[in-house]
Amino acid sequence: MPAVSKGDGMRGLAVFISDIRNCKSKEAEIKRINKELANIRSKFKGDKALDGYSKKKYVCKLLFIFLLGHDIDFGHMEAVNLLSSNKYTEKQIGYLFISVLVNSNSELIRLINNAIKNDLASRNPTFMCLALHCIANVGSREMGEAFAADIPRILVAGDSMDSVKQSAALCLLRLYKASPDLVPMGEWTARVVHLLNDQHMGVVTAAVSLITCLCKKNPDDFKTCISLAVSRLSRVGTPSSSLGRQELGHGHHPSWFARRAGHSARCVPFISPEDAAVKGRLVECLETVLNKAQEPPKSKKVQHSNAKNAILFETISLIIHYDSEPNLLVRACNQLGQFLQHRETNLRYLALESMCTLASSEFSHEAVKTHIDTVINALKTERDVSVRQRAADLLYAMCDRSNAKQIVSEMLRYLETADYAIREEIVLKVAILAEKYAVDYSWYVDTILNLIRIAGDYVSEEVWYRVLQIVTNRDDVQGYAAKTVFEVRAPLEGVSGRGQWSLAPLTPTPAHSPPVQFSLLHSKFHLCSVATRALLLSTYIKFINLFPETKATIQAVLRAGSQLRNADVELQQRAVEYLTLSSVASTDVLATVLEEMPPFPERESSILAKLKRKKGPGAGSALDDGRRDPSSNDINGGVEPTPSTVSTPSPSADLLGLRAAPPPAAPPASAGAGNLLVDVFDGPAAQPSLGPTPEEAFLSELEPPAPESPMALLADPAPAADPGPEDIGPPIPEADELLNKFVCKNNGVLFENQLLQIGVKSEFRQNLGRMYLFYGNKTSVQFQNFSPTVVHPGDLQTHILSGPLAVQTKRVAAQVDGGAQVQQVLNIECLRDFLTPPLLSVRFRYGGAPQALTLKLPVTINKFFQPTEMAAQDFFQRWKQLSLPQQEAQKIFKANHPMDAEVTKAKLLGFGSALLDNVDPNPENFVGAGIIQTKALQVGCLLRLEPNAQAQMYRLTLRTSKEPVSRHLCELLAQQF
Amino acid sequence: MRLKRLGELCKRREGLEIRFILIQNRAGKTRLAKWYMQFDDDEKQKLIEEVHAVVTVRDAKHTNFVEFRNFKIIYRRYAGLYFCICVDVNDNNLAYLEAIHNFVEVLNEYFHNVCELDLVFNFYKVYTVVDEMFLAGEIRETSQTKVLKQLLMLQSLE
Repeated sequence: MPAVSKGDGMRGLAVFISDIRNCKSKEAEIKRINKELANIRSKFKGDKALDGYSKKKYVCKLLFIFLLGHDIDFGHMEAVNLLSSNKYTEKQIGYLFISVLVNSNSELIRLINNAIKNDLASRNPTFMCLALHCIANVGSREMGEAFAADIPRILVAGDSMDSVKQSAALCLLRLYKASPDLVPMGEWTARVVHLLNDQHMGVVTAAVSLITCLCKKNPDDFKTCISLAVSRLSRVGTPSSSLGRQELGHGHHPSWFARRAGHSARCVPFISPEDAAVKGRLVECLETVLNKAQEPPKSKKVQHSNAKNAILFETISLIIHYDSEPNLLVRACNQLGQFLQHRETNLRYLALESMCTLASSEFSHEAVKTHIDTVINALKTERDVSVRQRAADLLYAMCDRSNAKQIVSEMLRYLETADYAIREEIVLKVAILAEKYAVDYSWYVDTILNLIRIAGDYVSEEVWYRVLQIVTNRDDVQGYAAKTVFEVRAPLEGVSGRGQWSLAPLTPTPAHSPPVQFSLLHSKFHLCSVATRALLLSTYIKFINLFPETKATIQAVLRAGSQLRNADVELQQRAVEYLTLSSVASTDVLATVLEEMPPFPERESSILAKLKRKKGPGAGSALDDGRRDPSSNDINGGVEPTPSTVSTPSPSADLLGLRAAPPPAAPPASAGAGNLLVDVFDGPAAQPSLGPTPEEAFLSELEPPAPESPMALLADPAPAADPGPEDIGPPIPEADELLNKFVCKNNGVLFENQLLQIGVKSEFRQNLGRMYLFYGNKTSVQFQNFSPTVVHPGDLQTHILSGPLAVQTKRVAAQVDGGAQVQQVLNIECLRDFLTPPLLSVRFRYGGAPQALTLKLPVTINKFFQPTEMAAQDFFQRWKQLSLPQQEAQKIFKANHPMDAEVTKAKLLGFGSALLDNVDPNPENFVGAGIIQTKALQVGCLLRLEPNAQAQMYRLTLRTSKEPVSRHLCELLAQQF
Repeated sequence: MRLKRLGELCKRREGLEIRFILIQNRAGKTRLAKWYMQFDDDEKQKLIEEVHAVVTVRDAKHTNFVEFRNFKIIYRRYAGLYFCICVDVNDNNLAYLEAIHNFVEVLNEYFHNVCELDLVFNFYKVYTVVDEMFLAGEIRETSQTKVLKQLLMLQSLE
């Protein structure tokens, strides 16, 4: 298959792009762009009419400049002119420019529409598709007005090519979504439905997309499509065809069709009972997919299973959507259960997510519950926070009276180390579950106090209010709560002090004498926020009412200068008023004024409301009816079983609307996850002792396990390579210098500091190499989590699907004892020529502190040199063959080392080339030759080094058949002398 | 226990569609941006920066999905390039992961071992490839054979 070469067609464009890429600074780039803009402007204004090619080239340059982020204020007319060219390449650039830089200039729109109209009528499928794509990309109302009537005709015309039908269907879909009123329904809709029977899978897929959207507004017009879609679906899922792409090779992807069809099946209204036959077939079809999913994979490739699992998850969504086939729901749940322990993180994530919905179905709730241990384990061990979040969601969704204690205690345990990003949410979940499933108050109070102890400042105001509501309304809890709060007071020290408020409205217990209670309470007074202090003052006056013996002490406190003259008006006022009240009022008056507060009216749980707010405005809709379960205990009031949709951001808000302000009444913390961090650091008395600091958490997040398999990107040149290697830090500053030491030698010490020494031994043959790395622990303390990894940084030249080097590493022990040395073997295969060496990243913990180090692995392109001996005549002949300017690289440089011929010889041999005697007429000069061996190609290299002892200079000349190789070798070698 | 009908919970929105496709390198340079929703230029720039920030901090052991505003990004890294597709939260993650890979395989075949520079110098051709495979936020064609055949036909035109 002929490959596309760089910038073919438009040389001027390629040169311009190269120039821009070579600009060293932003200023240089702007200068170059301005120069080009001036040039293009003058060309467009010039008297000479431009030919199509030049016009295309300049318009393309303008587009490139625009895409770099610069404003373009001319050239639109020239682009429009290109539309009427009869050459595809010119038309294409014209349409591209219009699509990317839409301009609402009415005069231009008229011209553009005119050109589109001509192309649509041209009967040339290529031009028709260009025009349709332009309409689909712009999708403006003006275009809708102009073409909404034409496109259905093209879509259903008998003589339209398949590719045109595909584009027309999607183009119409775009116009319909933008302005449904412009698309006339009519006779064509019936014919569109029949596209579902089309031979061409692409046409079917496009038609399904269109019909899915149309039938929501016009269900009656599309009734027939359901049975057609189901039968098409069952053909995809018939026992004879297999799932996934493999069977169809590089042909069609049934997955996409299945997804679409599945989605459309969900969009249409529920299949009515009369359609039992259709429904039966659909169920059969779903069963088939589940059966298929059980079959052992025919290929180990991740990609193959992705396609297959995409269908499986679509099937499961559909099963969940119908929620009427207990058998299928349970099977889906079992299927997902297998994924919960899959080695692919993606699948574990998706399984947790889907199970969350299954947990709310009465048919599958029990089946989901059987996976509780796996889910708890996921919460503890998953490395990706988003997976842990899904695990927490699922635990929340599967929680009921039977497992509440276990789930709540696991969540509390998790909270101790939970990520900052999800702490507040977990706190809310624990609070809700504890309240909803509390069987006795002591458990509830213990749980909440634990929550406060562990999560401190993450416990939002709402949780506090809710606890207060409950405790206030239940006389029997008050005693236990007050007692417990007293008992745990000491360890609570430092927690924001809000714990004290809960005491405020309570009847203290007889367990402690009033003066003891008061002194305990007051001992934390100075640590509290103003709001808490105000509440505390109110508590004090209540003390006076209930326990006259504390009156003198409390009056003394109120009288103290720090209260009566407090800078805060509220506190000052309270102190003054309470002091006066306690002195002037009689006991009766005092008792009346300070009568116990009436119970809070039972209302929606404040924390549930908070969780809803956190999840965005749309999510609450399913939860709005926070009705009380009449059979449940009072304490459980106000909480509905909360379905999993809470974790789904509102689907109704659009991308832009997202930034909308939170409801005005909500405290700032509810604005969304983005604010969480801010919240954490703004909070009073943030507690470093709770859980790891952000830095620690971040590092432990990143600690990779020792690689057990070859780094996928490097080792597997097959297209199924996994996503890129883990990100590692930039190489240490001296990495280049260290690398240079190894250009001409294969063994030695690569790196050394106070802790660690890394030695290298390597051998290379043809395009293969083996390298031994020796990691020596120079300290007397064990290194932990020791994990060296090799990654290829991947520069612009790196092929996207596979790196130029395949490096296989073997796992090393995670611990390196003090004074010990571990060895790691690397097998290296050079697939293509390369410029940047792979990186070696070493991470470990030394005495608790994480250490990270990134070096350049001493693998340079010259390692794959095979020396070639040749006679003088051959050498010169080849030298002449490589005479193009870009094949040669030359460098003249000053000697950094004494100019010793023997040393130079040794270095050149170490570099890898053969040294050819009697070739250069000047015996002082060195001449070498060799072939660089890579799997993909061989690069012949000739080199010549001319020392000039008087000037202490060298001249080095390299000629190879590949331009970057010449330059790179020249640079590498020049640094050696 | 009272359970709601799941169908009510799985609210479906107006139709699933791709919001945008981005190809960025690790440094955050955009190699392709294809928008299927109307955004003004400032908003586009902001989205590009945000996507880069959320995607590049994730390592290979993480999922290929990340919540993004009210949507989600399905992304995959190939060498130094991140291919990102922004879709609705209830859309099928794996199907888009597959779509990305399909797209990359087509690019690889079309540019013969595609590398980042190919996308720079041939940016205008990459748009053609995208339009062949994705249109109006939907998948247009998934068959690599068909797409490549069409691309080579276009390539042969003047």
